[in-house]
Amino acid sequence: MPDATRLTVRKTYKLFIGGAFPRSESGRSYVVDDAKGGFLANASRASRKDVRDAVTAARKAFPGWSARTAYNRGQILYRVAEMLEGRRDQFVGELRDLGLGKAAAGTAVDGAVDRWVWYAGWADKLAAVAGSANPVAGPFFNFSTPEPTGTVGVIAPDDPLLGLVSVVAPAIVSGNTAVVVAAERAPLPAITLAEVLATSDLPGGVVNILTGSRAELAPWLASHMDVNALDLAGAAAEDVAALEEAAAGNLKRVLRPGAQDWARTPGTGRMTAFLETKTVWHPVGV
Amino acid sequence: MVFEYAPAPESASIVDIRPSYGLFVGGEFVDGHGEPFKTVNPADETALAEIARADAADVDRAVRAARTAFEKVWGPMPGAERAKYLYRIARLIQERARELAVLESIDNGKPIRESRDVDVPLVAAHFFYHAGWADKLEHAGFGPDPRPLGVAGQVIPWNFPLLMLAWKIAPALACGNTVVLKPAETTPLTALLFADICRQADLPPGVVNIVTGAGETGRALVEHDGVDKVAFTGSTAVGRGIARSVAGTRKRLTLELGGKAANIVYADAALDQAVEGIVNGIFFNQGHVCCAGSRLLVQEPVAEELVERLKTRMGTLRVGDPLDKNTDIGAINSAAQLARIGELARAGEDEGAERWSPPCELPGRGFWFAPTLFTGVAQSHRIAQEEIFGPVLSVLTFRTPEEAVAKANNTPYGLSAGIWTEKGSQILWTAQRLRAGVVWANTFNKFDPASPFGGYKESGFGREGGRHGLEGYLDA
Amino acid sequence: MPMGDLRDAGGVSTETHTSAAELRAFLHGLPGVDRVGAAERADRLAGRSVKAAAKAEAIDLAISMVDLTTLEGADTAGKVRALCAKAARPDPSDASVPRVAAVCVYPDLAGVAVRALAGTGVAVASVATAFPSGRAPLEARLADTRAAVAAGATEIDMVIDRGAFLAGDYLKVFEDIAAVRDACGPAHLKVILETGELATLDNVRRASWLAMRAGADFIKTSTGKIPVAATLPVTLVMLEAVRDYRAATGRQVGVKPAGGIKTTKDAIRYLVLVNETAGPDWLSPARFRLGASSVLNDLLMQRRKLTTGVYSGPDYFTVD
Repeated sequence: MPDATRLTVRKTYKLFIGGAFPRSESGRSYVVDDAKGGFLANASRASRKDVRDAVTAARKAFPGWSARTAYNRGQILYRVAEMLEGRRDQFVGELRDLGLGKAAAGTAVDGAVDRWVWYAGWADKLAAVAGSANPVAGPFFNFSTPEPTGTVGVIAPDDPLLGLVSVVAPAIVSGNTAVVVAAERAPLPAITLAEVLATSDLPGGVVNILTGSRAELAPWLASHMDVNALDLAGAAAEDVAALEEAAAGNLKRVLRPGAQDWARTPGTGRMTAFLETKTVWHPVGV
Repeated sequence: MVFEYAPAPESASIVDIRPSYGLFVGGEFVDGHGEPFKTVNPADETALAEIARADAADVDRAVRAARTAFEKVWGPMPGAERAKYLYRIARLIQERARELAVLESIDNGKPIRESRDVDVPLVAAHFFYHAGWADKLEHAGFGPDPRPLGVAGQVIPWNFPLLMLAWKIAPALACGNTVVLKPAETTPLTALLFADICRQADLPPGVVNIVTGAGETGRALVEHDGVDKVAFTGSTAVGRGIARSVAGTRKRLTLELGGKAANIVYADAALDQAVEGIVNGIFFNQGHVCCAGSRLLVQEPVAEELVERLKTRMGTLRVGDPLDKNTDIGAINSAAQLARIGELARAGEDEGAERWSPPCELPGRGFWFAPTLFTGVAQSHRIAQEEIFGPVLSVLTFRTPEEAVAKANNTPYGLSAGIWTEKGSQILWTAQRLRAGVVWANTFNKFDPASPFGGYKESGFGREGGRHGLEGYLDA
Repeated sequence: MPMGDLRDAGGVSTETHTSAAELRAFLHGLPGVDRVGAAERADRLAGRSVKAAAKAEAIDLAISMVDLTTLEGADTAGKVRALCAKAARPDPSDASVPRVAAVCVYPDLAGVAVRALAGTGVAVASVATAFPSGRAPLEARLADTRAAVAAGATEIDMVIDRGAFLAGDYLKVFEDIAAVRDACGPAHLKVILETGELATLDNVRRASWLAMRAGADFIKTSTGKIPVAATLPVTLVMLEAVRDYRAATGRQVGVKPAGGIKTTKDAIRYLVLVNETAGPDWLSPARFRLGASSVLNDLLMQRRKLTTGVYSGPDYFTVD
């Protein structure tokens, strides 16, 4: 038992941009309650300018991250799993604050760890599965390889940890970088996850996490001309049309919200949604 | 001596162009209810035929016919049977290849050598290739039981009228979808001849429907509620509009849009082949090619020499009658496109680039544009940024591989790119860094049904061709 | 082009000082040739359609470029004399048919050909240098050459040492050619690269430059004695070489594809290749030859079809 006289040191929940933890440039925050309506923390309420900064950081990180070997990316994703496992209790606690029972919270954290492990293993297999050598009718060698789309805007689903991991890991495993808008009412595990990411050899800027109002932030992300793709997993049904329309401005690849049973083993769809296929031709001759 | 080849025209008598054409809906040619329009031979500006214009109600009938065919016939049909229809179509295209080629050249203005040797053979190959997929979809990597999407609304451009039709229809049908296709307003004839081929193949009514018209007809099609899938090839501006219009719907979308491809020539390139590749890259099909190599990036040590060789080579290009077998560059497809090319070329001059064309006599009637080269072009010039879609090449120079890649990628587009070097590691290094969906190394403008095609960034999304091309027509 | 140094030579066609290292560096510094691209270009040009009056002109031009050739162990004086008669008057029934460029024979029959062709304007070409393999001591090859020249041959078709070339001993090949060049005296030197044995188009380009730098007046594809003779891509590369060599040095070297050219269509394809690669300056017997024999009758037959409007048959043309 903690000493009854000792005051606990609380954590300040900030944003995660470019590997650092800044407050919102707007200086705003919003109250995050626990399941019973009690005060948990003030989360940063990110602004459009934080979106802008996060996109800049994601773009800056893209060349380096996408140029890493697939093996190295896989190792780093596995390292995330290790770090997450080490903080299991902390995440269980945060999920229990949000109303999950002890067993359910434990299952969710275990699921999140295992999801990182699952995706980590995909890093150096994706090209083999999604690529091809194409038998063209002529003296050419022709092959197609998958490449990351670029910067991906992610509207994370409400599920605060497993849902979040289930959309972030597939986006970055192939070399994309991401700007994530965390679950609006349950943003704290996302920032704690940022702490995990920050200590997992993941280069700064590969994942950037914003907390705040989806309705406020998502349109800026959807319309940003330097974002290449958009995952609408957590977008409200009534907002999808407008976000897709905004995304058309630079023809973002859009992953629409779908069935969200995050406990199920995922397929490859969330990875391939953010891949480009590059086909290279070369003559064969001496 | 002067060795002039006498005119060698392909006979136009092989095609029988009717005075007027209806829409192809539910296996029948039917009247359209919009104001009919004329399609014109761009080589002499004569009207070729009157074409029905589909209004919204006509489009609705076509979509319903496609829906019925999807639900009653084509969807439930075993893949092996669908395959045989597609093989049959491929064979009919081969049987009627010369007719299709001549008609394409008449309606589009492209040289018969290209329609005969490139377009039509690729069309047949596309159907042949996709026929084989129809009963093997569970092996395509999209799950154990991939299902068709339903009705595909497809809108195609005028630059490769029949080939784009094949790129759209063959995979759609192979995957079990039915289609309503709108050919471009200026080039409807081969699509209508294809309708006749569908009838010769006994393709069930409603599986393929062709609605002719302009932008309004296309809009009615892509915005129709009964369409499950929209596929569009054309300009980025129109593609953007389509992406907006399908926002918030269930419709799946693939877009193959514009490009401003860089063709990078390193100093160690096989220069004679590079010159050929550059010429093929920009003057193939009058430059009406979304993946045209319209920005030539030359490494400075060979820039002067390469441009000289290029000019010499351009001097041998033969511009004129599309039906002449020796023609290298045919007619510009329309007066509107000619005006746009002219406007951008003037902008190039106004911005200070140096314009050059070989001496070349253009026919008096029809729409023509001499092959044109701009040197001294900077990335900031409009002719280096905007898609000209004509026989106009902008030449820029670079010093280092990093600079070449940076300039090549410095565009909102990302469809294609070229690399010319004899050094293998440099090819792979460059290819890895180019943000483009198709990279031609030591070649250019090659196409094959087995090879996925499509762009990065604002050049669109989705792939056409190969295993990857099936994804856009499957609910995986 | 990296050949500015050659232009400085001031029109001297034969270099006198060159080193093995310089030669190797130069030849390996030439731009590469992509076989697929070259074949594609040749194929494209082969698709040119030459009709009507242009075809008639092309046929006469092709006839005037033929090096009518007999290179058999069984050749006799009689055989050579018959060939010479054909060369001077290809179609006895039609005086408007031009004579061929030359008759090409073995050195020991050069004298026969010279006498038979006296006054006709048809040149006598002799293969020399231990044709076709070239595998004889240099002295023997030079003696062979001198004998042919002494017999009156005005054109010498020599073979290069392909073994030395493939072994990378470019200087040996160069010096051989230069020595034969000297032995030729006033006779024109055609250097046979035997491209079928050089294997790659890069080698064809290098051998072309090597021969030109060593003093060749013509570069020729083949002996006709191995399975792979002249092809359009090989000829394309050689035409590019003579074009570039002239641009660099001002000296115009001719090209002679030999072997495998059997039909009028083949011959016209080569003319189109010349026209669109090296350019019209090469469209003359002084700069372009067709090493062939059977093609002549096909050219004559096609010519007659154009003049009479009906298809002819082989019985109407002489076989010599």
